[in-house]
Amino acid sequence: MGDLSINATRRAARTRWMLLAPALFILVLAASGPLLITLVYSVLTAGDYGGVEWQFSTDAWFNVFAQRDIFTDQLGWSDAHLSIFWRSVKLSLMTTLACLFFGVPKAYFIATRPKKQRELWMLLVIIPFWTNLLIRTFAIMELIRNEGTINTALLWLGVIDAPIQMLFTEFSILVGMVYVYLPLMVLPVYASMERLDFSLVEAGYDLYATRLQVLRRVIVPLVKPGVIAGSILVFVPSLGAYVTPRVMGGGNQLMLGNLIELQFGQGRNWPLGAALSITLLAIVMIALLFYVRVAGKEDIKHG
Amino acid sequence: MAKRGFDIQKQTGFATIAMACFAMLYLPIILLVLYSFNSGTSVAIWEGFSWRWYASAWANEQVQEATVRSLIIAFWASAIATSVAVMAALATTRTPKFKGQTMVFAMINQPLMVPEIVTAVALLIFFAMIKVATGYTGLLYLIIAHAAFCIPFAYLPIRARLQGMDLSLEQAAADLYASPWHVFRRITLPQLWPGILAGAMLAFVISLDDVVITEFVKSAGQDTLPTYMLGQLRRVITPEINAISAVLLGISVIMVIAFTLLSKIRN
Repeated sequence: MGDLSINATRRAARTRWMLLAPALFILVLAASGPLLITLVYSVLTAGDYGGVEWQFSTDAWFNVFAQRDIFTDQLGWSDAHLSIFWRSVKLSLMTTLACLFFGVPKAYFIATRPKKQRELWMLLVIIPFWTNLLIRTFAIMELIRNEGTINTALLWLGVIDAPIQMLFTEFSILVGMVYVYLPLMVLPVYASMERLDFSLVEAGYDLYATRLQVLRRVIVPLVKPGVIAGSILVFVPSLGAYVTPRVMGGGNQLMLGNLIELQFGQGRNWPLGAALSITLLAIVMIALLFYVRVAGKEDIKHG
Repeated sequence: MAKRGFDIQKQTGFATIAMACFAMLYLPIILLVLYSFNSGTSVAIWEGFSWRWYASAWANEQVQEATVRSLIIAFWASAIATSVAVMAALATTRTPKFKGQTMVFAMINQPLMVPEIVTAVALLIFFAMIKVATGYTGLLYLIIAHAAFCIPFAYLPIRARLQGMDLSLEQAAADLYASPWHVFRRITLPQLWPGILAGAMLAFVISLDDVVITEFVKSAGQDTLPTYMLGQLRRVITPEINAISAVLLGISVIMVIAFTLLSKIRN
């Protein structure tokens, strides 16, 4: 009897791993494996024409944040890299805040519609989410270009004499990122609000709470998990954004993603590109871990 | 009872912001599609209706090649991703908890957690090594890369479907000495197909829309429709790009609506 059940367990284990094998094979080949090789590349020497020389070197990691002055050989912070890191973090935080500002009322609005209407509203949120990010970026770019819809209309109306330069600025990157990532905020916030018992809100008002008090004491604690999830979902892709800053920033307002690409193009410094990628990955992982910890605590609190 | 006329549907300002959001979300897309029908060369000054830019996109050889390439990659990538995802979903829902489960989940979801640019760079490095070693520079790299990041998108709806299924039929069949393959073929699969179709469609759209990974993995002359468009944005923009975008948008919208309907089919 014991032997039989051990055999059955073994057979189940074998079936399981055989079923998993094809998926894991592809993922190791084109997801986790290459990531490990990137880690190795970050401690090699850069080749003269791109690629690497198989020689150990910590130059790449050194160059992520620091640089040696060419003339005086003095050590210093790499201002160019630091300013790009700072811009990436700043724009990602601003994107997250703007998405909160627009996304939370939007989710609230949808969650308080009658049940039948809600699905239609949500479909309207989901459709842009599943359409091509490049096309959405392109759509917003056509709007704010110098020859774009807004400037053309303003010129025609005689409000301005010369087009306002909106594209290729930090502002345009921010607009583009809020535009493309807003659904990522609305979806989880809506999911947490949909479960919200609105009679609690009404009870709060009945007991003479002000709007602000109801918001702070009733709504915020209940939708907090959705808001945190939404913020992470917006912050993480913003930090690694590549297409939107490339299209909206036009090459002079680099973000991390563009700085990484540069190392594999003109920069010809693959190890530095690898080290920058791993750095970006580390920041993202810290953000995700933070989320897991906070979300875990919330679960415990609410039983 | 001083109720102050309270109504949960009326948080002053919230509806305004929500409506403004929807307008802002759709206005650029509507304008984009509208100007694809412009008879002039501007994407901001309306000069009359015409199919001119659709015709010119259709006749553009680069666009033709990129379209065919995009479709080939999306077809194979979604087919591969969906088949392996079905097997993986069976392994993670129809067998008891096992050692290494967390690791497996982490691997399957990796494409969702790791920033695309990081995966793209990693694939560039790895495939460059293989290209040098083997000399092969065909489409297979792009197909495998796409299949990998499509796996979680195919896996999640399929797993959701499997978890929602009633197990008693499968158990009854197994009790009556049906082989595991028979149980899958006759009982599980017929109930699972809406999930499989939904997963496959999602994977197809995700592959069709990918820009970043394709941009880094492609060899010379392997543009897909999105990377072709990205390249064109650096030049003078004509409504031809709008026409291509409008067609891609149309495909996505149809797929999303079909996906939503499929996920509603009850067990």
